[in-house]
Amino acid sequence: MNSREIKTQISKAADLLNLKKWDYGASFSNDYSVQVDKGEAKQLKASQKQILTIRVWNQSNLVGITTTSDISESGIKKALKQANIASDFGNKNETTEFSPLAKDPIKVKEIKKRNPVGIKKLLTLLRGAELKLIESHESIKSVPYNGLSESFFERVYANSEGAFRSYSKSQAALYLYARAEEKNKKPRSSGSVKLGYGAGDIDIESCIKEASNKTISHLNYSSIKTDKYLICFSPESFLTIINAFSSMFNARSIIDGVSLSNKNSIGEKISTEALNIYDDSLHEKNISSTPFDGEGTPTKRLCLINRGRIENFIHSESTARIFKTTPTGHAGLGSKVSVSPDWIVVEKSEENIDLKTSLDHSTYEGEFVYIEELNAIHAGVRASQGSFSLPFDGWLYKNGKKISIESATVAGDIKYLLKNIVNIESSQEVTTSGISPHIWVNELSITGDA
Amino acid sequence: MLTSQIKSNEIVFGSSNKDLLEEIIFYGIGLGADFVEIFIENTDNSSVLAEEDFITSVSPSFGRGAGIRIFKGKKDGFVSTNDLTKHGLMRSVSQAIEMLDITDNKRGVFNGLNKHRNYSLSKKKWINEVPSINEISEKLLVSTKSLKKNNKIITRKGSYSRNLQEVIIASSDGTYVSDIRLHQTVGLNVIASDAQYRSSGSRRFGSSGVPNEFRLWDHEKAANDVFESSMNMLYADYVDAGQMPVVLANKFGGVIFHEACGHLLETTQIERGTTPFENKLNEKIAHESVTAIDEGISEGSFGSLSVDDEGMEPEKSVLIKDGILKKFLSDRAGELRTGHKRTGSGRRQNYSFAAASRMRNTYIAKGEHSKEDLINSISEGLYCKSMGGGSVGATGQFNFAVEEGYLIKNGKLTSPVKGATLIGEAKEVMPKISMCGNDLELAPGFCGSISGSVNVTVGQPHIKVDSITVGGR
Repeated sequence: MNSREIKTQISKAADLLNLKKWDYGASFSNDYSVQVDKGEAKQLKASQKQILTIRVWNQSNLVGITTTSDISESGIKKALKQANIASDFGNKNETTEFSPLAKDPIKVKEIKKRNPVGIKKLLTLLRGAELKLIESHESIKSVPYNGLSESFFERVYANSEGAFRSYSKSQAALYLYARAEEKNKKPRSSGSVKLGYGAGDIDIESCIKEASNKTISHLNYSSIKTDKYLICFSPESFLTIINAFSSMFNARSIIDGVSLSNKNSIGEKISTEALNIYDDSLHEKNISSTPFDGEGTPTKRLCLINRGRIENFIHSESTARIFKTTPTGHAGLGSKVSVSPDWIVVEKSEENIDLKTSLDHSTYEGEFVYIEELNAIHAGVRASQGSFSLPFDGWLYKNGKKISIESATVAGDIKYLLKNIVNIESSQEVTTSGISPHIWVNELSITGDA
Repeated sequence: MLTSQIKSNEIVFGSSNKDLLEEIIFYGIGLGADFVEIFIENTDNSSVLAEEDFITSVSPSFGRGAGIRIFKGKKDGFVSTNDLTKHGLMRSVSQAIEMLDITDNKRGVFNGLNKHRNYSLSKKKWINEVPSINEISEKLLVSTKSLKKNNKIITRKGSYSRNLQEVIIASSDGTYVSDIRLHQTVGLNVIASDAQYRSSGSRRFGSSGVPNEFRLWDHEKAANDVFESSMNMLYADYVDAGQMPVVLANKFGGVIFHEACGHLLETTQIERGTTPFENKLNEKIAHESVTAIDEGISEGSFGSLSVDDEGMEPEKSVLIKDGILKKFLSDRAGELRTGHKRTGSGRRQNYSFAAASRMRNTYIAKGEHSKEDLINSISEGLYCKSMGGGSVGATGQFNFAVEEGYLIKNGKLTSPVKGATLIGEAKEVMPKISMCGNDLELAPGFCGSISGSVNVTVGQPHIKVDSITVGGR
């Protein structure tokens, strides 16, 4: 059944059940992936997947929902029936409606859809990448975590008032995590991830080089003294922090009482005036961009922090109605509609006169800790309390030398961190979760050796 | 649920599918496979969320799919699909064969499926015995009301989820198995706030194969526990970082052993070359007070199984006995690639994942000490009453958040502290577990790894670690 046929089928089945108001989101995907182990194919995977989520409104205008992978005629009927039963338990205190923007035009990036290169080609590419990475340095003994995948999918949103939108795209991903070992030293590991619209678009050479350089750079390591340090966050690690605390900008989290912000926080100064943050699913560098959200609302560039002050929250249909504004294209279809950011863009604002521009990660000769990558986000972030304590990979720069930090955590408070940004470098770097320059923060606690 | 309309040439749950499964396996063997495995599932799930004094979400879902795995030598190809027709399953077999690029004429052996082992016979009634959405909603609302104990509690949540999974497993070694699995979990969460102070508390409970479990759940006790935890931590100071002895509480304290050591004893880690214990079988890797077990047989425990996802009954695996490494957890691919015998640990989240060696109910066995013995033995240290989540890096370093912690001074518990994380490496910490309490208890959890998220229990008695790095401020 194709996406148009599903709509017809749902419409027919809804009529039989006397359901006048409904919407649905569906996705169809074909995925292919390979993993290798020292030149040998390890696991080769393919999947055909389909998921349908249907919402129905009963006569009391309460919403019920069901999700299924059975997109057959009988599956659709069953899903509608279950959703109808679930609507008896719909939330009476916060009603849900169709997005008022579900029929607005969407901006679809003009990207030529790639064709599958096939498992054999993926395998050849990954074997070559693994070999090159192992040969790049004598200490690199293996690439225990590796994979090359390509996905082709279509997403659809439609509702009983005539909205229908779909888009299809392709995406490929390569990850290489090498393990280096030297005598009488602990094994060290690091890696790189690259995305592309197709396997042929992925910059494999730079992935190999990055994985190799990072891994080798951690070979000479030392413990770090527990203390407070000047910190330079890599673009990737700063975006990790911002995403971890994105409940600050999330209207759903505010309503649920799990955000550090409240309804009146728009305009509140939360960071140095030199900081601007946007959410921009449609950014030209975002390979994972989506033109509409789970409720069919078009996505767009939205300013979250403007010159250090909260400018906007991200919304679904219902949160926007509660906040008396319009949906922003950040909804995920569910019984309780979720809200989440897409792709974060961090920039230096024009109010940057107070920044210490001498702090540049490639030239600064004073002592600082460079945080390359933050780990264990799910465990170490208390978003509702604003605190974090996270293990990281990085280096201590001291006396003009750089040494990998053996094992350490960085701890602090997001509000403190944002207010103590002392420099935002000029050059932005693209990562898988957004785009950001290097960010310098004064005095965060690092736990290493006692 | 769990019945489908009978159609020709399609998998039908509740009926014999032997002929069709044999035809598909023969087809794969005929194309040159060494081994063919078919995993088929049919699911019926629902979840309910109560926030404050209202039900805010009821989410049913259902689905079906198949995962086909073909081995050729030590390589395997895995294809998943929602198409359970003969045509769809054969197409998946062909795709897996094609991926493996089989060119030789050698074929595996298939002598037909063995007698059907049907573990689901006594379980078909479960769907009618689990609580209704009405019943769940009512109890969840009573639970969230119980959390409303003072005006510092600003957020109250109760959640329930039920997963019912019917599986059929057939493979070219003759395995032909059916089973029904039922998992239920219920959790409570609060956030407390007073001026600039904030804290949170949460507890989760879970069971497998016990339809009545939710009715028996003591929501009042759970609410008191969560409330007390959040109040204790509301005004807590941040802990000072440093090396110190710690006492880890029982139940979910076992998450550290699970994450930091248990995963390193899965054969998937040997395959990757990422476990420091690979060549340590029958060697001492932990303090002699430590005996650690992984099993899938404790009745009702969240990680228990009648049969694993490769059709093998789970065993009780003594991983570490008195500090000596005795066994690795192995699945079919693990046995093929590492030589370690299967342990009934082949598990997967659903049909879209190939099974891998995974933990089930994993715990450190009880010792002889009381909790007080452990605390009394420390002059300055940390008591970790409740652990949050954590992670283990690619080279074995682990990091775990302490959700509820108390300083130990002169053998007594003193002030609560927040922001603590425990940092270390399994092979360095295991020899430092010097005392085990006599109060072993298990706690349910979800473990995410190579074959998706699976239900597990973690557990231990109170244990003392002589020295560990505590991260703080």
